[in-house]
Formats: sequence, structure tokens, C-alpha cells
Amino acid sequence: MPELTPAERKNNFNEIPLGYSKETAMLEASRCIQCKKPACVEGCPVNVDIPGFIKEITDGNISGAFSVLKRTNTLPAVCGRVCPQESQCEAQCILGRKFEPVAIGKLERFVADYEREVENTAAREADGKKDKKVAIIGAGPAGLTAAGDLAQRGYAVTIFEALHSPGGVLVYGIPQFRLPKEIVHYEIEALKKRGVELVLNRVVGMSQTVDDLLDRDYDAVFVGTGAGLPLFLNIAGENLKGVYSANEYLTRANLMKAYKFPEYDTPIIRGKNIAVFGGGNVAMDAARVANRLGAENVYLVYRRSRDEMPARLEEIHHADEEGINFQLLTNPVRFLGDESGNLKGVECLRMELGEPDESGRRRPVTVKGSEFIIDVDVAIIAIGNAPNPIIQKSTAGLDTTKWGTIVVDSETMKTSKKGVFAGGDIVSGAATVIEAMGAGRKAAAAIDEFCTTGAW
Amino acid sequence: MHTIHSNDLVQPTLGRMVVDAPYVAEYRKAGQFIILRIDEFGERIPLTIADADKEKGTITLYYQIVGVTTRKMSLLKKGDHLQDIAGPLGHPTDVKRYGTVACIGGGIGIAPLYPISRAMKEAGNRVVNILGARSKDLLILEDELRAIGDETIVCTDDGSYGKKDFVTGALRDLMAKENVDVVVAIGPVPMMKAVSDMTREPAIRTFVSLNSIMVDGTGMCGGCRVTIGGGTKFTCVDGPEFNGHEVDFDELVSRLGTYRGEERVSDEKHKHACRIGLDRN
Repeated sequence: MPELTPAERKNNFNEIPLGYSKETAMLEASRCIQCKKPACVEGCPVNVDIPGFIKEITDGNISGAFSVLKRTNTLPAVCGRVCPQESQCEAQCILGRKFEPVAIGKLERFVADYEREVENTAAREADGKKDKKVAIIGAGPAGLTAAGDLAQRGYAVTIFEALHSPGGVLVYGIPQFRLPKEIVHYEIEALKKRGVELVLNRVVGMSQTVDDLLDRDYDAVFVGTGAGLPLFLNIAGENLKGVYSANEYLTRANLMKAYKFPEYDTPIIRGKNIAVFGGGNVAMDAARVANRLGAENVYLVYRRSRDEMPARLEEIHHADEEGINFQLLTNPVRFLGDESGNLKGVECLRMELGEPDESGRRRPVTVKGSEFIIDVDVAIIAIGNAPNPIIQKSTAGLDTTKWGTIVVDSETMKTSKKGVFAGGDIVSGAATVIEAMGAGRKAAAAIDEFCTTGAW
Repeated sequence: MHTIHSNDLVQPTLGRMVVDAPYVAEYRKAGQFIILRIDEFGERIPLTIADADKEKGTITLYYQIVGVTTRKMSLLKKGDHLQDIAGPLGHPTDVKRYGTVACIGGGIGIAPLYPISRAMKEAGNRVVNILGARSKDLLILEDELRAIGDETIVCTDDGSYGKKDFVTGALRDLMAKENVDVVVAIGPVPMMKAVSDMTREPAIRTFVSLNSIMVDGTGMCGGCRVTIGGGTKFTCVDGPEFNGHEVDFDELVSRLGTYRGEERVSDEKHKHACRIGLDRN
């Protein structure tokens, strides 16, 4: 797929892969050999009928391809962009054994974009109408999927969202250049057209609780509040000015559009030398945002080696292309500040890989005496997120794990509390958009069953 | 969208806004705050709720004109709108019958103090209000607090009204005169620090309400982190009230200055836009 060159990306937030033309998409689709037992479908967390939608593309029937996708995937334009296809569907593609696998993700993106831009299909009518109401807490991938499915099944659905804009991580976390916000807005508008009510700026659990929702109007509640509690390194100097959580840095840049400051009022520190800590997709996003905000040097500090990085290959590749300085096998020890409390540098240690740990990855061990200092004025901590605790703390009878995630039945997403379902990162811990959507979909089916039969 | 019922400058740099926010008015408790965003271009800023009217569905906010958002707020008129109000957020004040409670407010801190003072009175405490301002015309909510307090002491820095003293002086006098069980102190950080230093030795439980920089207000970003008793807490979800004896006030002051440079840029741009009539509001 054609892309913007690194030089073209440097100072803007435009999307990088430019997308297929219909002709290119049909050509790529024709590479699919339509396996009888398609392994790619097994590799997809929501089991999209991949050969099915690709067949429709080959026939030039893009609307048909879209219908096939929509049967299992509410947000194909999103998944086509942010799914880790290389470790899911495309990893299983039989062509990949000898050649490049079929570019399933790019085809998915093409179909969704074509449908949005060329066909602009009207929302499907709901399948009948039910007199039951469902509350969805959190307008992220899990909640939006559950809402879409339930609205389709005829339920009256209300989504409660804490922020002023729906989308969850799709709007506050993932940058514009990886997922244009217009796509998310389009999907939200489609939900509204199907009658889904959105209540913004509402933090359920702070005043009204889950019990209040169940007592008042709602027959069932779905909790999709995500992994929104940033982890810090817990090292000295972490509260110096210039040290951000990735959540804060990305929220300022993406949701609040600080990259357009002062046209937009929200400021962000435009550092000259920026260090990002972590090796996941969020770390790559933060590093690449820092780059676009005009930093001269962006370091990505990761304590293991490149092979252990949890980020998608494409994101690591893009970061590399854009000149991010990878400091691998490196661990921060403390932050250093000036007399005014501004971040000046970070002291790091080199690491080497030892024996494998419980995750199967080789455990990094410190190299004695290898201390060195990187001069930085901004540091961004992207080492993960814990589940948001607000619902768990405010809801009696909701079982949680020792990590604070909500315990559910993995098939029905039922929690320990009658009428309450949960899914997405609040259950799994920080994971992927597609897995959250899969959970939202399962929950919607189980909520339908519960509202119909009343059986728990 | 939240319709503004009234918006007046009660002082040259201090505004009072009454705005529609029925959900907040219904549920808010003393000590809680909201996050507002003026318009699509706006930042999210926290403001403590000074008062609410459940029947009318309105809340009252006091704001010091210090940056671009509060400057824009000051230009809004009755009938205009705020784009977003999220809340009530944060833990409510731990209101109980303690005995004698000294409610200390400095400057605009008197606004968030007001509902706490009232709640403390309603809980059966003897309430002594100590209100401080730089001068007489910068004092707010005096009548309202006098109506609540068993005693209300006013101090001004310049002696233009009440005692010529700081609130700490008035607190010292009060502590010499009678037993104080709990102190609530809200105001400029140096004031809260001075009060906390004074009550540490006699071990008087002291609540302070912190005004950290926030973005989401739900614990998601960690921008509002403060050091409390040596550990990091988030002001938005762990506070905004903390034990004054445990707060690292110096770090708070430092972090509050994070965007000083950017604030100047934003403010200049906004003032310029106003002057040449390009202001989008």
C-alpha cells in the first residue's frame, strides 16, 4: 500500500498509509486462494468471514464485502487500521508460508473506506423493536460494539461516557495519523441514527451508580470502562514538570488537539529532547506524536530487546523510519531536574537478557556500572495501564481479580452481579481494540438472551 | 450545552457564574468539583462548586481570571453556553460532627469553602469562619458565611477591612482561645501550607483542597498527581481534599507552573484576537 514518506509525515498528523484504489484492492483480493478451511478466520478474535468478504471484492461487489464484514465486525474501518493482523489473521494465511500473506487488514480498511466515502450506505433498520433498555458505561470499542449490536436487535440503548467525546481510546489514545478521528465520528453518527442515546460528561460510579441505573430504568448494564489508570515507573523525580503519562500526553495531543495550540487552548510541552519509556503500541504512538510536535531527538527507551517489543511490527517500522532513536536494553533509574522543578535528564542503566521469565520472554538483568544520562526535557511513561477502578469501587457484589479487573464468564461476559455484564480492557487488562469489540459482541448476545428470558 | 443564567464580575479579576447543570446540582456534595470546557477549542479546567440550586438545576461557580479559559469565561453573557460540564467529581468532604471546626478561606478559596462550612454547620459543629483577602473589595461571600458561622473573622492584608492580619494570625488567636478539633483550609497554596504547618504540632486534623492541573478528572491521565505522605496520589480521584500535614506543597506549586510559558502565548493570542475583533466567541 502506498504511504506518505517519512519526510512528508514529519510535521503533520495526516494518515500514513494512503489506502488502496478499487483496482489495487481487487488485484490483492484475487491472491486469496479461498481455502476450504480458512485458518485466517481462526486467527481473528471475532472470526470475520475473511474469504467471504475477499470473494466479494474479487467480484467487484464492495457493498457485498461490506455486508459480510459487518456481520461480525461493527467497526471495520477501525480494525482495518489498528488490528495487529500480522499476529492474527495474516499470521495464519497459508500464502504467508511461501509468499506475502494476503493483505487482509488493508482490504478490510479499503472496503470500509469505500463504503463510507463512495457508497455512504444508510444505516440498516433495526430488527424489530424491544421494550427493554440497556445502559452501556464507556463509549470505547467494547461499549460501542455492544451498543451497535443491541440497537440492531431493537433495544433502547444509552451510552454513558465520562469524556466530552465518545470513542474512548480511539479518540484520546490513538493518534490522528494512525486512525483519523473522522472515521470514529462517522461510526458514532451511525449509532445515533440507529437511535442510540449518548450521555457525555457522565462518570457513572461517582454520583449515580450501576445500582441506580438498574433500579431506575435499565434492564441490563454493560461495563466497558477500559484500562485507564496509568502506571508510573515509581522512580525518583517522576513528578518533575515535563514527565507525562502516555495517557496524558496523548490525550492532550489527540483529544484536546494540543498539537494545534494556540488555536486550541490546551497546552503541551514541546520538548527538544523527549524520551518515551515502553515498547508497546502506546509507546510508539507517543514517540511519533513527540516527533510531529517538533522534537529534535526522540528516544524510545525499552528494557528488553527489539524482538520482545509488544508493539505491532508496522508501528515499530514506522517509528524507525521516522527517526526515533531506539535505546534498547535500557532501563531508567531516576529523573533529574533543575532548581525550578523542570525535567533535565534521565539516568539509565544498560540491561542484558537473562533467563526467560513467566511470560516466556528473556528477563532483562542490569549491567553493573553502566549508568549514563540522557538529556531530556520531556519524558513520557508508556509502560501500561491498570483497569479504571471507579465502577468496581462503587458497585457492591461485583467480583474483581487481584489486578482489579472485573470477573466475568468468558462466553457470556456476565459478572457476579445480576444484570451486569462487562467486557474489554476492564475485564482483560490492557489488550486490543478487536478483542474489546469481540467482548462487546458476546455481551450483546448474552444481554439479549437475559432480557428475553430473564434467566441469569 | 449549558445555558448561562448570569455571569458577573464581582471583582475586577473574579467572576461569578450561574449555569445550568441539573445533574451536578442534583448530586453534588460539599467539596466536589466539576470540569468544564467552554467550546470546541477549549481546554478542560477544574472548578469547585460553590453552590447549587436543585430546583432550578443550576450551579454557581467562582473563577479567578488567570488564563485563557477564565478570560473567555468572563466575556460570556446571560444566555450564552458552556459546551461541557462533567461532574460532580472527586471525593466529597468528610463531613461529621467533630466539635469545633475552623473553616479558613483565602481569596477565591472562600468560594469552595462556603458549601463545606455550611455542611459542617448542618452536621452540628461549632463553625468558626476565618476569611482572608488582600483588601476589602476582594472579599467574597462574607454575608453568606456570616449567616452560617457561629463566629466569622475577616482579615485583610492591607487592613482595609476587618483585622489587618493573615488568616494564620487569626487561627493562632483562635487556637489560643479555644479548642479547635478540625481545620478546613482552602486558598492559595502558601496559605494552605502555612495553616498546615501551624496545626501540625498540636495535631489538629487539617483538610486542604488542592487545585492541581487536570485534564480528564477521572484518574485517566495522572496530570494532577501530588505527593501525599511520600506517595503519589491523583488529586481528581483520590482528592481533591487531603490531609494538609502530608501534602508536598512545594511540589504542588512547582507543578502548577508547568504551562506558564504556554499560558502567556495563549493569553496574548486571545487578547489580541479580542482587540482586533477576531474573537470567535
